[in-house]
Amino acid sequence: MDAAKNKYSIIVPTYNERLNIALIVYLIFKHLRDVDFEIIVVDDGSPDGTQEVVKHLQRLYGEDRILLRPRAKKLGLGTAYIHGLKHVSGNFVVIMDADLSHHPKYLPSFIKKQLETGASIVTGTRYVTGGGVHGWNLMRKLTSRGANVLAQTLLWPGVSDLTGSFRLYKKSVLEDVISSCVSKGYVFQMEMIVRASRKGYHIEEVPITFVDRVFGSSKLGGSEIVEYLKGLIYLMITT
Amino acid sequence: MKHVLKLFSLLVVISALWIGLLQASIIPRTHTWLLPIYFIVSLGCYGLLMVGVGLMRFPTCPQEALLLQKDIAEAKDFLKKKGVDVGSD
Repeated sequence: MDAAKNKYSIIVPTYNERLNIALIVYLIFKHLRDVDFEIIVVDDGSPDGTQEVVKHLQRLYGEDRILLRPRAKKLGLGTAYIHGLKHVSGNFVVIMDADLSHHPKYLPSFIKKQLETGASIVTGTRYVTGGGVHGWNLMRKLTSRGANVLAQTLLWPGVSDLTGSFRLYKKSVLEDVISSCVSKGYVFQMEMIVRASRKGYHIEEVPITFVDRVFGSSKLGGSEIVEYLKGLIYLMITT
Repeated sequence: MKHVLKLFSLLVVISALWIGLLQASIIPRTHTWLLPIYFIVSLGCYGLLMVGVGLMRFPTCPQEALLLQKDIAEAKDFLKKKGVDVGSD
C-alpha cells in the first residue's frame, strides 16, 4: 500500500468536552504533521457549548480537517461510530476518547505499526511493557487484572487489552465488524475486537499509556461487574 | 464454531481422556477419580497466580500525568493566542 496515499479519519465522540476537544485537536495536529488526516467530531448535543468550540477550531484549522457531525442527544458510543463512519473520507479510521485519557502522541506509532505489518486493526494496549495506567488505586488495578484474566481464560481473544478504545482500523474492516456488534459501553469495545479476531482479521498491538482523570468520579460497583460477566457470557455464546 | 462450543469440545476431549484413564488403570483408580478435582483446583490456582503476578507487574506511568499537564499547558497557551475559549470547565 502506498503510504503517501493513506488518509486517516479520526472519529472522536464527545459529550460535554468543551475544553478537552480543543486540547485534543491541538495535540493531534501537533503529532500528525506530515499525515493526511481529518477529525470527525460526533457530539451528542452537549449543553456546555462543545459545538461552539469545535466551530471555532474549524475556522482555525479548516473545515476540511475538522468535521462537526453532531447528533441531537446522547445516543451511545456504537451508534456514534456508525454515524461518524458515514462521513469518513479516509481509508483508515482511528477511534479515540475525547477526555485526554488517549494521548494523540501515540497516533504515529499506530500508523507506523500498521504500515510495517499491514494489519487490519492496530489496538492500543495499556497492559504491556511500554504501556501503563496512571490514576488507578490498588482495588481498581485488581479488578482490571481479574477481569482481564477471566476474559483471557474464557474467550482466548488474541489481544491483551480487551476494553481499550484507542484503535486504528482499516475503514472496510471497521464497517464489517461494527455491523455485527450489538453491545453497549465497554462491552461494545470487547465485542468489536473479539468479533474481529474471530473473523480472522490481522490485529496488532501497540503500547499506550492511559491517564485516568475521571477515575475519582466514576465508580466500578457491583452492577458494572455484573454487566461485565453478562458481556463475557454473551461473547462466549455468540462469537 | 461459537467459542462456547470450542470450550465444550475441549471439555469433551479431556473427559474422554479421563474415562480412558479410568478404564485402562494405568494410574490407581482412587487417584484417577480425583483428577477432575485436581484439574479444577490447578486451574483456579493458575488463575489466581496470573492475577497476582499481573497485579505486581501492573505497568504504571506516573510521569505521564506530568507530561500531560505540560501538554495541556502548551495547548492552552496556543489556543488562547488564537482566541479559542479555554477557560476552566
